[in-house]
Amino acid sequence: MITLYLFIFLPFIFACIVPLLYKYLNRQVHTGWFVLVVPLSILIYLLTFIPAVASGETFEYTFSWIPSLGIHITSYVDGLGLLFGLLISGVGALVILYSIFYMSKVREALHNFYIYLLMFMGAMLGLVFSDHLLAFYGFWELTSVSSFLLISYWYERKSSRQGAMKSMLITVFGGFGMLAGFIMLIMMADTYSIRELIANMDVIQGHSLFIPAMLCILLGAFTKSAQFPFSIWLPDAMEAPTPVSSYLHSATMVKAGIYLVARMTPIFGGSPVWFWIVSGVGIITLLYGSLTALRQTDLKPLLAYSTISQLGLIMSLLGIGSLAVYFGPGESGTVFTVATFAALFHLFNHSTFKGSLFMVVGIIDHETGRRDIRYLGGLMHVMPITFTIALVGGLSMAGLPPFNGFLSKEMFFAAVLDVSKAGIFGLNSIGALFPVIAWVASIFTFVYCMIFVLKTFGGKYHPERLNRKVHEAPIGMLIAPMVLGLLVVLVFFFPNVLGKYILAPALTAVLPMMTVSSYDLKISAWHGINYELLMTLGVILLGGLLYMAKKRWLPTARKFPQGWTLNHFFNEGLLSAERWSASLTNRYMTGSLRHYLLYIFVFFVLLLLGSLLWFHGIRFDFSDNAMINIFDAGLVICMVISALTVLLAANRIVAIVALGALGYMVSMFFVIFRAPDLALTQMVVETVTTVLFLLCFYHLPKLKRTIERISFKWTNLVVSIAVGLTVTVLGLSANGHKLFEPITSFFENSYKLAGAKNIVNAILVDFRGFDTMLEISVLTIAGLGVYVLIRQRSKRGKEHEAE
Amino acid sequence: MIFDTLMIIALCLLVLAIMANLYRVVKGPSSADRVQALDSVGINIIASIAVFSVFLHTHAFFDLILLIGILSFIGTTAFAKFLERGVVIERKR
Repeated sequence: MITLYLFIFLPFIFACIVPLLYKYLNRQVHTGWFVLVVPLSILIYLLTFIPAVASGETFEYTFSWIPSLGIHITSYVDGLGLLFGLLISGVGALVILYSIFYMSKVREALHNFYIYLLMFMGAMLGLVFSDHLLAFYGFWELTSVSSFLLISYWYERKSSRQGAMKSMLITVFGGFGMLAGFIMLIMMADTYSIRELIANMDVIQGHSLFIPAMLCILLGAFTKSAQFPFSIWLPDAMEAPTPVSSYLHSATMVKAGIYLVARMTPIFGGSPVWFWIVSGVGIITLLYGSLTALRQTDLKPLLAYSTISQLGLIMSLLGIGSLAVYFGPGESGTVFTVATFAALFHLFNHSTFKGSLFMVVGIIDHETGRRDIRYLGGLMHVMPITFTIALVGGLSMAGLPPFNGFLSKEMFFAAVLDVSKAGIFGLNSIGALFPVIAWVASIFTFVYCMIFVLKTFGGKYHPERLNRKVHEAPIGMLIAPMVLGLLVVLVFFFPNVLGKYILAPALTAVLPMMTVSSYDLKISAWHGINYELLMTLGVILLGGLLYMAKKRWLPTARKFPQGWTLNHFFNEGLLSAERWSASLTNRYMTGSLRHYLLYIFVFFVLLLLGSLLWFHGIRFDFSDNAMINIFDAGLVICMVISALTVLLAANRIVAIVALGALGYMVSMFFVIFRAPDLALTQMVVETVTTVLFLLCFYHLPKLKRTIERISFKWTNLVVSIAVGLTVTVLGLSANGHKLFEPITSFFENSYKLAGAKNIVNAILVDFRGFDTMLEISVLTIAGLGVYVLIRQRSKRGKEHEAE
Repeated sequence: MIFDTLMIIALCLLVLAIMANLYRVVKGPSSADRVQALDSVGINIIASIAVFSVFLHTHAFFDLILLIGILSFIGTTAFAKFLERGVVIERKR
């Protein structure tokens, strides 16, 4: 199975070659032709898996990455992964084919484009075939990064950069949440493998981290799949080149969250929280997306909101399908299994029609230079093929026969009708809302699909509004959307081929505990006159009426206050977060050293005194102390007087003299405590320091030389007394807590060990000579530093003089 | 015993002298008074170190006595020069 591995990493490998191809061959051949080989070969390779996977086989291959930490890159192919893999490589091939004609060979930096695109493709393939949670997360973030790069492809535009930043912020935020959820899962089940997690389901479900892990993972899924309220990045991501929008923001990346939810359904499904969040958020997103899509006049944001709405539909179907886990295998479980099946089916359908619709928008943009429906109209006769494709895609999105959207929408209606009758998780009371919301949202969907198709292609043709001569797109550009449009129709007529070979194994992967007979999963276009069909008829009727009357209500709908949009909240939130953190930082980072010292000292006192009190560490023990002689006391008094003089001195000379007196007194103390070497050194150092102070004193700037007392501040007094008290208490307590004998006896042998009668010197140069060496280097550095400072200053002084 | 008592009394007297000098350091109306007092502190410290060495029967502190003598001279000179000229080390001109 190492070939599987090779194929997942093929896009990355090829991305390394792309710049060379671009540099040496771009003049002759569009770089995209070379890149096209990659998804095509992956697609063909993955197609060979279908028979085996359809018969229930799975494949895996493990590559040890960091074996000591248990981190491997496990590739695992089952039905769900294969469905996504086929979508990624298939739509990827079509998108690259389309981009060859869309992206100019002359004007665009094609190597960047294809490197990012290949990077994304590889990341997405790695994502769907990963069984290891951390590898999954790695690929997940790689899709975020490559999407960021692709959105900001035209980086000289401000809107591109803003859209890219917004999508990065939101998806990475969710990604981090997901990582936290994954880590909780790993802690619960003590395994990194998704399959083993599913096997250890009961351990996880009883664990206290079950709900937090679920919420964190759902955060990741919802941000990636642009669910409410994280959907705002998707419309802004429309600044990307259209092939990118078509590939990432309709067919693949936004489905990564769907994939995650589907993958995690066996673990989390069956719990009421999961059901309510997934299906509730899904259905809100469905309504929100379809309502907001109505208000758009630009085609790409319209499609973006429609993508959001369709993703909400799939998400809510997955939530409803998770009820099957609750019921288990059996009559009522099977009903909800069909919901999951519908989710997978609509996922496939959406990729086909939405991909083609984006490509259509790209063609319109490319040929007319406009994307705003207020300028477009009457293109039906000018661009008949494009119109046909748009009609197929639009009607499929609206859920009309004979297109695949009809089938999945019928199944969706069936699922929401079933869930309102489920009678668990408090569905009795508000379960009836599900079909109503779904139905209303479908009406809006129908209306915006009509707006999309009819406002662009119907009506009158206004060549004066378009700044170029409009004609049908080149055939190369039309191939990819034509293939997708063909799929849309084919799936309607032969849904069971797709169902049997691709969707059924995927369903087994999502709900491994269910045993479903193929009869239940038969998709049929006609199953008698029932509620679903009536609902669809109602959608067409009401939607048609609404479309007719759109002149009455659409302008009002478009005047929706900007202050209430999610975008506004996001931007305001970002701005106020910046403002708030700036003001916070400015408040405490005052630039005044006094304040910083205050923080340091207060923290010091709080930490040390606090922990002393907390651990009952304050205990004084004077039993071992020596007697205090009268001249000791006298010296201490002298020192206190000198120290106070330093503080209260009226001018600096007094302070310097008092400091010198203090230093001399300290050396006297060294004498009393029998430390002749210390006393010597202290004496010299004190004298030198005093002389240095005098030197500095002279060089103080004129303004500050006004002689004044140190100004009095209460906070300073309190803090300084607190610090002194802390150190005193700490020292006295430490003195009473001697736990071990000192090791002085070893050094007393200095004559025998080192041939030295002076212990202090023996310690300095023999026993602990290393410290001395470093202190010598400290002195050297200080000396050099002073020299350099003086030299630099005098040089600069000369330059000033020269000026 | 009497010897020790004598020595301690001598030390105490010296400490008292240092305190008296410090009074001058703190109070001293002019800087010259203070410097003088500091010099005197140094000499008193020399004396007390000498008495202390006798008291301890050691000659480990004799170096210190010499050093303080030198340093207190240098310090006083530096102060004096500073007070007179405003600089300690003059530049060659």
